[in-house]
Amino acid sequence: MVTSGTRRFHLAFSLGCGLLLLGSLSLWAVESSEMLADPVLEARARALSKELRCMVCQNQSIDDSEAPLAHDLRVLVRERLKVGDSDSQVIDFLVARYGEFVLLRPPLAWHTAALWGLPPAAVLIGIIAIVLVIRRRRPPQTGDTANLTPAEEARLSELLRD
Amino acid sequence: MIAELGHYALMLALGLALIQASMPIIGARNNDPVLINVAVPAALAQFVFVALSFGALAACYVTSDFSVLNVYENSNSAMPLIYRLTSVWGNHEGSMMLWVFILALFGALVAAFGGNLPDKLKADALGVQAWIAAAFELFILMTSNPFLRIADAPFEGRDLNPILQDPGLAFHPPFLYLGYVGFSIAFSFAIAALIEGRIDAAWARWVRPWVLVAWMCLTVGIAGGSYWAYYELGWGGFWFWDPVENASLMPWLAGTALLHSAVVMEKRGALKVWTILLAILAFSLSLIGTFLVRSGVLTSVHVFATDPRRGIFILAILVLFIGGALALYAWRAPLLKQGGLFAPISREGALVLNNLFLTCACATVFVGTLYPLALEALTGEKISVGPPYFNATFAPLFVPLLFIMPFGPLLGWKRGDLLGAAQRLILAAMLAAVAIAAGFALNRGGPVLAPFGVGLAVFVMAGAITDIAERTMILRVPFAVTLRRAAGLPRSVWGGAVAHFGIGATLVGIVVVTAWGSERIAAMKPGDTIDIAHYRLSLDAMFRRPGPNFSDLVGHFTVSRISGELRGPMEPSRRSFPSRNMATTEAALMTRRLSQIYLSIGDPNPGGTIPVRIYYKPQVLLIWIGALLMFIGGALSLSDRRLRVGAPRPARVPATLQAAE
Repeated sequence: MVTSGTRRFHLAFSLGCGLLLLGSLSLWAVESSEMLADPVLEARARALSKELRCMVCQNQSIDDSEAPLAHDLRVLVRERLKVGDSDSQVIDFLVARYGEFVLLRPPLAWHTAALWGLPPAAVLIGIIAIVLVIRRRRPPQTGDTANLTPAEEARLSELLRD
Repeated sequence: MIAELGHYALMLALGLALIQASMPIIGARNNDPVLINVAVPAALAQFVFVALSFGALAACYVTSDFSVLNVYENSNSAMPLIYRLTSVWGNHEGSMMLWVFILALFGALVAAFGGNLPDKLKADALGVQAWIAAAFELFILMTSNPFLRIADAPFEGRDLNPILQDPGLAFHPPFLYLGYVGFSIAFSFAIAALIEGRIDAAWARWVRPWVLVAWMCLTVGIAGGSYWAYYELGWGGFWFWDPVENASLMPWLAGTALLHSAVVMEKRGALKVWTILLAILAFSLSLIGTFLVRSGVLTSVHVFATDPRRGIFILAILVLFIGGALALYAWRAPLLKQGGLFAPISREGALVLNNLFLTCACATVFVGTLYPLALEALTGEKISVGPPYFNATFAPLFVPLLFIMPFGPLLGWKRGDLLGAAQRLILAAMLAAVAIAAGFALNRGGPVLAPFGVGLAVFVMAGAITDIAERTMILRVPFAVTLRRAAGLPRSVWGGAVAHFGIGATLVGIVVVTAWGSERIAAMKPGDTIDIAHYRLSLDAMFRRPGPNFSDLVGHFTVSRISGELRGPMEPSRRSFPSRNMATTEAALMTRRLSQIYLSIGDPNPGGTIPVRIYYKPQVLLIWIGALLMFIGGALSLSDRRLRVGAPRPARVPATLQAAE
């Protein structure tokens, strides 16, 4: 009964101080009974789990979530790994079943081009803008204090004196 | 009666806000000193009434007046006084009251301490501040009234969400809101400057203390929330790239950029137009953060659609203020004269790069947070953007930012000497190289990038020390001279160095704990032991312990080093709250210098064992100590007499300038 109550922790988002960093009470995410005996395989399973979303949760990976669905998915991932699937095969399997929503790292495609393209584009545009501004302003000009009277200018330089 | 008084006071505050929003601005346009002078008393009076209203709500909570719906829904008479008080803002209505309270507080502070501001600028800025206040007061009164009564008052309240019954609630939201709302001052001043169509370097000097205060509060607010999540959630994560977190990170990034560009504007009169834009953006992002969290749009686009009243209202506020501000900017900014030439290699140049990377990082967080919502709304396709995306995009933007950080303070204004700066950073670079080598020596199969992360952090910290060492000429002049020079350095220089050092400390913590922390998950019964890092933990007993409004299932552990030395007990527990039929995890933490052992337990398994999670978190405290250093750096900078609000003019005026005056 306590467990069912914990699902309500998603309310933490709409409740309270708004910016609580509380997603859910994700204790008992990975349970010891789920873990694989082979440490290499288990490490792969953990790494994969961190990339997969628990679809009934709010922004949680199946590695963090205690929801029953996350448990099922963790077991599923481990089963696929045991049969010998590669990491990408496991991911393909889950995407085929649950759609792209399951991936916390969105794939690079047309509909995510803007998402992945923005950071480099922003830097590029920023650099170009800075270069343009610097080049345009190279010739010396009167500067910003031109519209001030001499008295104002003196007062300003006095105010700004270190 | 108290609730009705609170409600009434809020309405009066709205009335005063409307007066404050109109009269002074009309007065400033017509040079009417009577109307201009309305601004200050109106701002003070508005604050008094908002404070009355907020106090009335707090009184209802403290006295557990369950005839007030909001109190009934979020409080319980069995709760300790501190939680009855903090539950005032532990819910939607109350947190909006806190928002408005802090907004009015900032307005009143500007009114009270803005004696040295030009009258018109102050009138305009307070007027804009009042538009924001009026919008949010109207929002509370129309959609989120916390003073509603219940006809048949219940005997007991429903209790505060257990996860919020924590000292963190007393600290985290107020500081976060001080940060969010603090940026409204910069926003109001920016709009006032645009309305006037005139701006000079003094503007930056007036605005910078407010930006600094907001930034400091936001920094510790975010860090406090992070530590709260760390110990409360039971698995020791400190940052999740959750949309709610991102909502607070965006204003922080924009605010950090604003802080730096305002320095350029103040010292050199350059970047004016850009600084104005950043001032608008920082507060706009605060508004967007409020919208994201308050409208429910994050939970799902559909939640927003089913109960849209609040969401639509905030969205309207958002469109009005951000759209209005940007439109005004587009129209008026060309009037503002640019000035202050500088060479690309200079302090200004370094700060421009700082702004470039910070704003790009901010844009990345913005897109990552809103893209899934936009895509679903436009095409119906559902995708997730989670931590892997943010880690992949954020790090490449922050690495160059951190790398150029030590260079900035060593470059001169106007035209800097890059080679000279690089030479002075040789020692810092050597220390970083040693750290990288040590990292690789200790790495043993850890992530390859981790030693480089530590090296970068060491470079940043050593760079901050280099800055001070260079300015005090340590080891190059007699020590007494160094001390005199250190005492003579402007506080803002110390502040900058301390804050930069703090960034490095936080980075060390993040990298070390991520790369070299360890985790054990097990099912244990009394008598079992488990080893982690160089510690051995044994579960001695399990027992129940009652609390005021909860009961704990406690696991008593004894910690020793594997070599046998005893380290002490740890008592993690599972805390059940019968009033809400919920349970929280109370992790136990054992601090060893800057590292922690983190222990949490779950609900007992059928077989009589309990699930146990144990983490060894090396250097984890550095993450928050670094944030604290940033706060201290900000405070040092704030105490610089040149920045002090209402600082008197220098007493001695050079003869030549006196003649000019």
